[in-house]
Amino acid sequence: MSREPILTARGLVKRYGRVTALDHADFDLYPGEVLAVIGDNGAGKSSLIKAISGAVRPDEGEMTLEGKPIHFRSPMEARDAGIETVYQNLALSPALSIADNMFLGREIRKPGVMGSWFRMLDRKAMEKKARDKLTELGLMTIQNISQAVETLSGGQRQGVAVARAAAFGSKVVIMDEPTAALGVKESRRVLELIQDVKKRGLPIVLISHNMPHVFEVADRIHIHRLGKRLTVINPTEYTMSDAVAFMTGAKAPPPS
Amino acid sequence: MTDTPQTPRTPQEFESAVARETAVASFDTHEKSLLERIRHFLHSSPASVPLIVLVLSLVIFAVIVGSRFFTPFALSLILQQVAIVGIVGAAQTLVVLTAGIDLSVGAIMVLTSVIMGQFTFRYGMPVELAILCGIALGALCGFINGVLIAYLKLPPFIVTLGTWQIYLATTYIYSANETIRAQDIEANAKLLQFFGEKVPIGGATFTYGVFIMILLIAILWYVLNHTAWGRHVYAIGDDPEAAKLSGVSTKRVLIAVYVLAGLICALAGWVSIGRNGSVSPQIGQFANIESITAVVIGGMSLFGGRGSIMGMLFGALIVGVFSFGMRMYGTDVQWTYLIIGVLIILAVAIDQWIRKVAG
Repeated sequence: MSREPILTARGLVKRYGRVTALDHADFDLYPGEVLAVIGDNGAGKSSLIKAISGAVRPDEGEMTLEGKPIHFRSPMEARDAGIETVYQNLALSPALSIADNMFLGREIRKPGVMGSWFRMLDRKAMEKKARDKLTELGLMTIQNISQAVETLSGGQRQGVAVARAAAFGSKVVIMDEPTAALGVKESRRVLELIQDVKKRGLPIVLISHNMPHVFEVADRIHIHRLGKRLTVINPTEYTMSDAVAFMTGAKAPPPS
Repeated sequence: MTDTPQTPRTPQEFESAVARETAVASFDTHEKSLLERIRHFLHSSPASVPLIVLVLSLVIFAVIVGSRFFTPFALSLILQQVAIVGIVGAAQTLVVLTAGIDLSVGAIMVLTSVIMGQFTFRYGMPVELAILCGIALGALCGFINGVLIAYLKLPPFIVTLGTWQIYLATTYIYSANETIRAQDIEANAKLLQFFGEKVPIGGATFTYGVFIMILLIAILWYVLNHTAWGRHVYAIGDDPEAAKLSGVSTKRVLIAVYVLAGLICALAGWVSIGRNGSVSPQIGQFANIESITAVVIGGMSLFGGRGSIMGMLFGALIVGVFSFGMRMYGTDVQWTYLIIGVLIILAVAIDQWIRKVAG
């Protein structure tokens, strides 16, 4: 790897009482790649992801985004820095429309007096942008942009959440278990979405328990064990059972 | 899995095994029956059911009561009677949209009206200042509710059950259960009765209270539907966790909702002085129940995030039409309560049914 990583973490430590969730963990994400993060339950991968997405503040350690140090105090700050997260529960409001959801918390207001004085939303602009984004990701099987999210199928909802992240995430998109709640067909669709987002040049951090999915879309696999990065493997050089063996400690990691 | 390295984009054995599940998963197809389409329509326009019920009830009373009922005068009288419930209902609407409930709305209304009256008459304060004090106190009452709910994370029902008693007891203790007579107010502080002033238009008679109710609901409708803040109110009621992760500052919005509700209740307190003429700690005891009734009949979901403020207005009007119509028809007033009780249960049942659209 001669390229510079876009997002790095060095020596992250996070303790919850007497439990050490992160024990000097490192992390590197390179531009344009899909990096999968796998690890057994309790290995600290969600703490790692939370630190990157701003949901928790690590006790120690440094993080950089494009070479500049970052210290997020909230997910909002991470978002403002260009790191978008697709949460496992999607963080969508079921009764609000697709467009409203995509722009929740960062609405566009009408230009001029209507916007600045009456704070009127620019529905048209938001709907147009939402539609463009969904079309770009090949999701326009959703007929009506103003329909409520709860009328969509699980896969379509995931699509909306991914489209939201892709629309606003200028640097990194983090996806937490995007296929965990989906059926086979819908998972397939989401995996294609991940490829689409990748094609557009956005690097993706994928957290998943689903080994076949991980091996299918990931360029590199970050294996987390006992609070730190055990190793990073290339999915074409190892098998899934190897990966699981590294994860559980049944097999020694390859020298990196 | 054996030793062959996985190449991307090959179907996994795993998938072929689970493929059987797709048949089960795709069980809910998209054939839309008529019923299904009605449900979708109601889902997208929640105020339509109460509007239909309102029109139907007007027609029914026009038929059974006759021409006496369908006059501009009679209909405007209904509006006058609904004004206070409509205003308090607007406050309740905001709270219910966030999946809360405010039992203290009536108590805040009475407390602020007593403050406006007593400050003027007991301390000889200029009436404008007394009104401002009342409105500020309404905001403070709402703020207390909001802090307890947003920051201490206590359930809104419990918080407002408590503050209802507190505000009401404060009203009685402070006023010593004393009434300020209408004649005194008329002679010395006419402004307190401003919203009771009658405005004849054609054969109809409106009061400023009716106008302020309509204006208030129109403004809130705009705010709820066309501003980011309004969308945030809906989002919080829908799924607070999701709203928070999407970047909505949920606590700030919640506090603002309760403060605004308190302000609106204080406005209702002022309007109630106009309606009753006098200031008494005894009136408006049931405003909380009446506002919740209006909100529920208006098709709003007590689980939050669903419904429209127009629905609340229609709900209040339905109650108004029934109580007025039944009185004109000359039956026992208990029939009104019986019918309203049925309407409440029907409205909630319809809400449950509409919510299933998600499935």
